[in-house]
Amino acid sequence: MTHPLIEFRDVHKTLGSTYVLRGTNLKIPKGEITTIIGKSGTGKSVFFKHVIGLLSPDRGDIICDGKPMSEMTRHEIYDWRGKFSYMFQNMALFDSMTIFENVALPLAQGTNLPKDEITKRAHERLRQLDLEGIDHKYPSELSGGMQKRVAMARALVTDPEIILFDEPTTGLDPIRKNAVHSMISEYQSKFGFTVMLISHEIPDVFLITQQLAMLDEGHIIFQGPPEEIQNVDNTMIHEFITGLQSPQDELTGMDTVTQGKQHYNQAMAQLKEGQAAFSIVVLTLEGMDKINDALGHVKGQTILKNFSSDVKPHLREGDSCSRHDLNQLMVVLHNAGEDDTRRFCFDLAQRLKAEHILNGISEEVDTLNVSAGFAEAPMDASIDEVLASAESREATFLEFSIK
Amino acid sequence: MGQPITQDQGVAGPPPQAALAMVFETIGQWVMRTINNLGAVTIFLLKALVLIFGRKQFAAIIQQIHIIGVKTVNIVALVGFFTGMVMGLQLYYTLVKYGSAGVLGSAVALSLIRELGPVLTAIMITARAGSSMTAEIGIQRNSEQIDALYTMRIDPVGYLISPKIAASLISFPILTALFDLIGIFGGYVSGCVIMGVNSGSYFYRVTSSVLLEDVTGGFIKAIVFALIVSTICCYQGYFTHMRTDSYGARSVSLSTTSAVVLSCVSILVADYAVTALLM
Repeated sequence: MTHPLIEFRDVHKTLGSTYVLRGTNLKIPKGEITTIIGKSGTGKSVFFKHVIGLLSPDRGDIICDGKPMSEMTRHEIYDWRGKFSYMFQNMALFDSMTIFENVALPLAQGTNLPKDEITKRAHERLRQLDLEGIDHKYPSELSGGMQKRVAMARALVTDPEIILFDEPTTGLDPIRKNAVHSMISEYQSKFGFTVMLISHEIPDVFLITQQLAMLDEGHIIFQGPPEEIQNVDNTMIHEFITGLQSPQDELTGMDTVTQGKQHYNQAMAQLKEGQAAFSIVVLTLEGMDKINDALGHVKGQTILKNFSSDVKPHLREGDSCSRHDLNQLMVVLHNAGEDDTRRFCFDLAQRLKAEHILNGISEEVDTLNVSAGFAEAPMDASIDEVLASAESREATFLEFSIK
Repeated sequence: MGQPITQDQGVAGPPPQAALAMVFETIGQWVMRTINNLGAVTIFLLKALVLIFGRKQFAAIIQQIHIIGVKTVNIVALVGFFTGMVMGLQLYYTLVKYGSAGVLGSAVALSLIRELGPVLTAIMITARAGSSMTAEIGIQRNSEQIDALYTMRIDPVGYLISPKIAASLISFPILTALFDLIGIFGGYVSGCVIMGVNSGSYFYRVTSSVLLEDVTGGFIKAIVFALIVSTICCYQGYFTHMRTDSYGARSVSLSTTSAVVLSCVSILVADYAVTALLM
């Protein structure tokens, strides 16, 4: 088994009279997205500042790629910090510098790149974050959401190996919030960097994170995949997760992933009671990466939102539709066998309109591909099994393009 | 019949030994804190001085010269002119009693070049640029901009402090020279134009009495004041978050006040010390 990239071993930290970290233990795997959740004021930002060396533990140690930080030389710590980017909770933008200068600063001061290359890279990040045309503005002239994106552009501009995001989506509207999540997920899978994320966006953040850790009163009280936290037998964790969950998915207006699972369980219970068969349809908006690259993540999320809105009126009464992944919706069709489900998909293919889905997008989009996979739920089958069956290539009976 | 001594009466104050210990403890803590602070300031200054010679500093230093030096020219010129005028007037009335109004040029020039020029220029720069240095760095500290630099592997001392200290070292002597020149001109206006002292005599006395050592001494003072002012102002801003008496905006406000007061007092103390050394 490979060692974790970062490991906290019994880390204690007191700030002033506040005992913040009280024996924190956590392993951060390499090349994954690890999300830290927890109530406000439980020490999540303090935890992050230890990772990058802004704070050092009073007791305990932090193992950095196999080597204890306490044994690292100043030069090694300097090199270690070079692997990081840190997006601060309050952005920490340089308020007396322009937006371009802010984004270019890590390259201008930390590298020997020629000026043209620095300009090109900074502009590229600004473009990807839908921040074109504001080069000469100052942070105070931008909205909070735009400042967040500038901070993110600055964090990404150096192509770091590890990025720490301290509440990157707080205060953003649903489209931009999902755009940020989509961007983190896409870049992480594209470049393979390690992400540590502090977030309160539950359950949205579950869609992108591989590992979840919950910090409470200076201790990690849960660590594992996000789907496991729903089943943890701990009232406090359960209440925390439930309390933060929004009643519906903010972007798509559909049910959340958790609600989708509940609908599935209800349908399965009804099936066991002898009611008619039901099926699952997974609708996937294909090529989101290309859309994001071509139009930016914000417009990519706008298309996904429009797509959801266009699907919604075509659902039958009693059916439920929920967010399933960053670019997927899951429909639970009650009283529907294979033929009914196939017909539903064909009807949907006929009724979805490009002009609806591309509403608000001024750019030319060649083709939009939507794939639909379905599977009838066998008795006692778990949702994961049915979803896997629906998503498998064999079951994807329909791919339709919208022009 | 005497009243019994109650316990309350018995604990009215600490015993004399304890009170004495408390006094020494307080003095000891003050001494330790002062030594610690002096050590920290010295390390801070030395690090900033070394990092002046780091890469990519030239443009930043030029920018700071503009902020600290160029933007202070007006106020220095104004204060220099009126200081010179007051000097001309006061010294004229004093000298004329002894029939020595002809040496007015010497008196004005030497007073300005040796003492008033460096001291008043330093105080003016402290008021205008020093306070803004502290406030700017303090706000950057409180809004985590300094932490952000650290995470980008940009040394905050090298990036924020060194250019300011370098620019101060360059600007102080130049502004002092400007102050001296304009002050001498001010003395000429009040002494010669208004009070009627012979202008040829005035400028002859200026050129004949001022020696190179006087000018050098003035510049040495200006450089010492530059180091003191820039270090105190930057240090106060940089460590504003370490204040125990206030937080946030109030800490920046108090740090700025402390920076200006400490700088002004230090300028006068250092002035005496340097004068004593040079004499």
